[in-house]
Amino acid sequence: MAAQNIKHALFCAVITLIISYPILGFNLEAQGINVTIVGANATTIMGVFLAALVVFVFQLFRDSIMGKLGNLSSLSSGTHKEPMAENKRVKIESWVLTGIVVLALFWPFFMSRGAVDLATLVLIYIMLALGLNVVVGLAGLLDLGYVAFYAVGAYTFALLSQYLGVSFWFALPIGALLAATFGLVLGFPVLRLRGDYLAIVTLGFGEIIRILLNNWTSLTGGPNGIGGIPDPTLFGMEFGRRVKGEGNTSFHETFNIAYSGEHKVIFLYLIALVLAVITALVIRRFMRMPVGRAWEALREDEIAARSLGLSRTAVKLSAFTIGAFFAGFAGTVFASKQGFISPESFVFLESAIILAIVVLGGMGSQIGVVLAAIAVTILPELAREFSEYRMLIFGAAMVLMMVWRPQGLMPMRRIHIELKKQE
Amino acid sequence: MLEVQNLSMRFGGLLAVDQVSLDVQEREIVSIIGPNGAGKTTVFNCMSGFYTPTGGKILFEGSEVQGKPDYKISRLGMVRTFQHVRLFNQMTVVENLLVAQHRHLNTNLVAGLLKTPNYREREQKSLDRAAYWLERVGLMDLANREAGNLAYGQQRRLEIARCMVTEPKLLMLDEPAAGLNPAETKDLNQLIVSLKEDYCVSVVLIEHDMSLVMDISDRINVINQGRPLASGTPEEIRQNDDVIKAYLGEA
Ligand SMILES: Nc1ncnc2c1ncn2[C@@H]1O[C@H](COP(=O)(O)OP(=O)(O)OP(=O)(O)O)[C@@H](O)[C@H]1O
Ligand SMILES: [Mg+2]
Repeated sequence: MAAQNIKHALFCAVITLIISYPILGFNLEAQGINVTIVGANATTIMGVFLAALVVFVFQLFRDSIMGKLGNLSSLSSGTHKEPMAENKRVKIESWVLTGIVVLALFWPFFMSRGAVDLATLVLIYIMLALGLNVVVGLAGLLDLGYVAFYAVGAYTFALLSQYLGVSFWFALPIGALLAATFGLVLGFPVLRLRGDYLAIVTLGFGEIIRILLNNWTSLTGGPNGIGGIPDPTLFGMEFGRRVKGEGNTSFHETFNIAYSGEHKVIFLYLIALVLAVITALVIRRFMRMPVGRAWEALREDEIAARSLGLSRTAVKLSAFTIGAFFAGFAGTVFASKQGFISPESFVFLESAIILAIVVLGGMGSQIGVVLAAIAVTILPELAREFSEYRMLIFGAAMVLMMVWRPQGLMPMRRIHIELKKQE
Repeated sequence: MLEVQNLSMRFGGLLAVDQVSLDVQEREIVSIIGPNGAGKTTVFNCMSGFYTPTGGKILFEGSEVQGKPDYKISRLGMVRTFQHVRLFNQMTVVENLLVAQHRHLNTNLVAGLLKTPNYREREQKSLDRAAYWLERVGLMDLANREAGNLAYGQQRRLEIARCMVTEPKLLMLDEPAAGLNPAETKDLNQLIVSLKEDYCVSVVLIEHDMSLVMDISDRINVINQGRPLASGTPEEIRQNDDVIKAYLGEA
């Protein structure tokens, strides 16, 4: 046992050296047209060996360290608490949630513009993550190209407004429906795929959309993107200093208040909030409906689901389509918020972040996903100094989470169903 | 109501099922027995649409079903359980039963979002049906437990209840008594008989527990190495020399 451990630890340490020494230990230096390899300075090399040593020690005592971490989790999850009466808990929960939404409604009026702007972004991510949660968390289909549907929503609005002068409110349903159509179209070829294969095909799909947007310069402006996307209006009232659209009036003049840039930011935030709440409520409802149960059944056991008469085609396509629909929603809001979009905003990293939110939050759990979306969007903003290490911290956080709480922050709780006794 | 004619299934070089025929009448319990690897489960897989047989016909209520997709066959009223229990483990016991009633539910998304009266009514009916069957198999108190956390015998019963809520005409049970203790086997015995007597379903049963098979079967089909060996009433099978030889040979 001990010998086995030492062998394993040594192996890990050597692998660490093999990987990190060539990467960190050598520098390429350009001298004129020649590139020469120079050894790194002593501190870096010391650092590499130190890292190997840390890996060695950790692997040697891995079992006890992991055991401690495991104990921690059992303390924190409160498994020993008495479960509350079911209906009482549901009542408290719904009051708390309503309270939070009401707070969120009034909160922006007391905050700085930057904070409200960030909160809007958080809400967009919440919409995206809730939508992806349907596909990944409920239906169990690993989709790595989710950002494509987000892009479809955003570009639909951008293009419609640029070429046809369509307003936000018209573009919102069109963008969402178009994204849903793309979800349906992607769904067909990947029906038979599961797990890794599905992940790779959806990843490819995401890239295709992005590359298409990048190269179809005549329509999308390519890498230059599309600018001048209008802000949403409130019953024909615009939030800009001067009215741009025909027949519109301006918000501050109608209400006879001084113009302030904040109005627009707050209005966008409120739209995002309402849409996010709608998204959450609709998906919550779906989860309690036959379609939601079918998604989960397919995730749990496809063979059994089919043997009970569920059509794999219908169930998978509905998950893809509904997931994509909400991404389209989010995309339209995003385009309106930024005023400018380019393919840069829809890279694979976005898909990865949204997926990370779903996994961190706890697959299938809506509250967990909302909390994770807040954490993942806000933390990098708070830790600006570390922005270089963002991905590193992100990765480390994921690994720790998987060790400590593999089921996510707030794992999904089953719905309690009261049955009437039958005679 | 079910007629299997000269069913064959070939996996590459292996002829797992070779010219097997059987028929099931209304309200009849027909068993398929045979040594391990005889091809019993493969016959089920062909009947339930899981495999497309390489030869032969399967007629259910007069129409050919071989090669039809599995979910369509089950919608015709032919449902099965699995040799290794296949529940939706992370879903609760009730949810398992609700999923199975998908076909009886109003699956219109808009109706569900708006909770139309028709939607509510059907949802309530399926809840009642679930409650009825939970009561019937003695799992009512566990209705909101996760299916994966049930004891093995309970999982077996839940799997049968999950089939029954679909209101099938023909039930295919693949080794339902495997892993059950004697008391549970006795309950299972009564349950299967009651399914036939009280709910008018026909049952095709694969089972290794001979006393159960002999007790409840109306007719028995024996297959050995994919080929039909004998068929007849329990009494005939008990006295059939070939069967005795096959089983003794195996032991
Ligand atoms: N998908 C498959 N591909 C290849 N061979 C298969 C496949 N399914 C079954 N077989 C083979 O067919 C033969 C019959 O298998 P089957 O599972 O039908 O036996 P069984 O009678 O159900 O046995 P048991 O009593 O152990 O359940 C076995 O030799 C098995 O290896
Ligand atoms: Mg078998």
